[in-house]
Amino acid sequence: MSVFKTFGKYRNLLRELVKKDIKLKYRNSYLGVIWTMLEPLLTMIVLTLVFSKLLGKGTRDFPVYILTGRLLYSFFSNGTKAALRSVRANSGMIKKVYVPKYMYPFASVLSGYIIFLISLIVLAVVATVRGVYPTLRLIWIVLPLIQILLLTIGVGLILATVAVFFRDVEYLWGVALMLIMYTSAIFYQAETVINAGNAWIFKLNPLYAVIVNFRNAVFGQAMDFRSMWYATVCGALSLLIGIIVFYKKQDKFILYL
Amino acid sequence: MEERKAVSVQDLGVKFHLSEQKVDNLKEYVIRILKHQMRYKEFWALRNVSFDVKQGERVAILGLNGAGKSTLLKVIAGVLKATEGKVERSGVLVPLLELGAGFDPQYTGAENIYLYGAMLGYQKPFLKEKFDEIVKFSELGDFIHVPLKNYSSGMRARLGFSIATLVEPDILILDEVLSVGDVKFRKKSENRIKEMFDKGTTVLFVSHNMQQVRSLCTRAIWLEGGTLIEDGPIDVVTEHFEKKQ
Repeated sequence: MSVFKTFGKYRNLLRELVKKDIKLKYRNSYLGVIWTMLEPLLTMIVLTLVFSKLLGKGTRDFPVYILTGRLLYSFFSNGTKAALRSVRANSGMIKKVYVPKYMYPFASVLSGYIIFLISLIVLAVVATVRGVYPTLRLIWIVLPLIQILLLTIGVGLILATVAVFFRDVEYLWGVALMLIMYTSAIFYQAETVINAGNAWIFKLNPLYAVIVNFRNAVFGQAMDFRSMWYATVCGALSLLIGIIVFYKKQDKFILYL
Repeated sequence: MEERKAVSVQDLGVKFHLSEQKVDNLKEYVIRILKHQMRYKEFWALRNVSFDVKQGERVAILGLNGAGKSTLLKVIAGVLKATEGKVERSGVLVPLLELGAGFDPQYTGAENIYLYGAMLGYQKPFLKEKFDEIVKFSELGDFIHVPLKNYSSGMRARLGFSIATLVEPDILILDEVLSVGDVKFRKKSENRIKEMFDKGTTVLFVSHNMQQVRSLCTRAIWLEGGTLIEDGPIDVVTEHFEKKQ
């Protein structure tokens, strides 16, 4: 059967898996899906308090700055972590029923993406309250939104594959994520690092490249073209590598699960 | 007119790597590679197995534990990939291997119908249409809206059976006898399977119960140590098989 035919047959499964992820995440909580917005809002308040009030820097729109970075980072971090676990978490099914295996990492990233898109509502509210109003340049926001999805699926597929064979990847990736977080200028101004002569950190980090242009779109500034290309290339490349690695190894999964 | 083949197995071989100790973390793997200690035991679970199954045939697969029966069924079901050789099948295949393997314990029975149904490749409108029928057959009643973690194993198996046998398959794979639920439900499920038999479904059946095998199947395949020993009419093969034990 061709790839497309198989996907057509199992597209209902993808939808069911995404639905399950979202439904179960908030089941048994009183506020339910509202947590998708409340949670980033609360962390934003904490981060703003710490970094602007206690450390005494930051402007009126600093919460918007923090929120943009944090929303993108937490989608990337949660999405890749969920994808990493997805194949092993569903090993029971993989061993017994045939379904295209990429459905599992795919579904876990997609459900995270939907939650992320919902949580953008909170960004709109905070931006309005803090006097950051949309401009025509907001249209550009589509680009970083696509780039981060590609990047997360790609990295997620690679991690899911490796995690089948080596369990400790989960912990290694946790450490790597911490490094990525601190080098993504989420709660500090990128200029402080750049002025200290360490701009290369940002040049290497594809997540930062996504965040920069996401912020540019929100704040109505011109796109940074280098970052735009870098993020696009990284996203496409990671997806390509992810698909190749996953396809080459997927038949061996069952022997190691 | 030539009869259609339902399953065709050609020179099938399945190889497993059994590493002597299970290495599943990176540190140990690197150490072993450096010390040249990464040894694998190769093990052929199946080797040079070939046979064709015509449509409507009911084939018993005989063999002792570890003969490769389950591996064979898994390859035919598409869960496991052949190392060498080819397996072809035509038509809808329903494996009644482990009922409800795809269930989520936090989901209610109703939600699991859609999830498990999707896993078997059914579309949503179809499942919606068949929903009442599934609930009725499974006899779960109001329990259908209770999370699956609160089900007894019999209830879970009943639900699994009701979903899996929703459509009439062209090929049915049965591992061991279906002992689903209580006596009443067992009768009902046996009737459903018999109905499928009557409609000309191709059946692959693994069992250690010779009596049952003789009454259900028309042909038998005898596996031993991963190779095919004999393939022929049910009475002949079961007789040879029993003599050997």
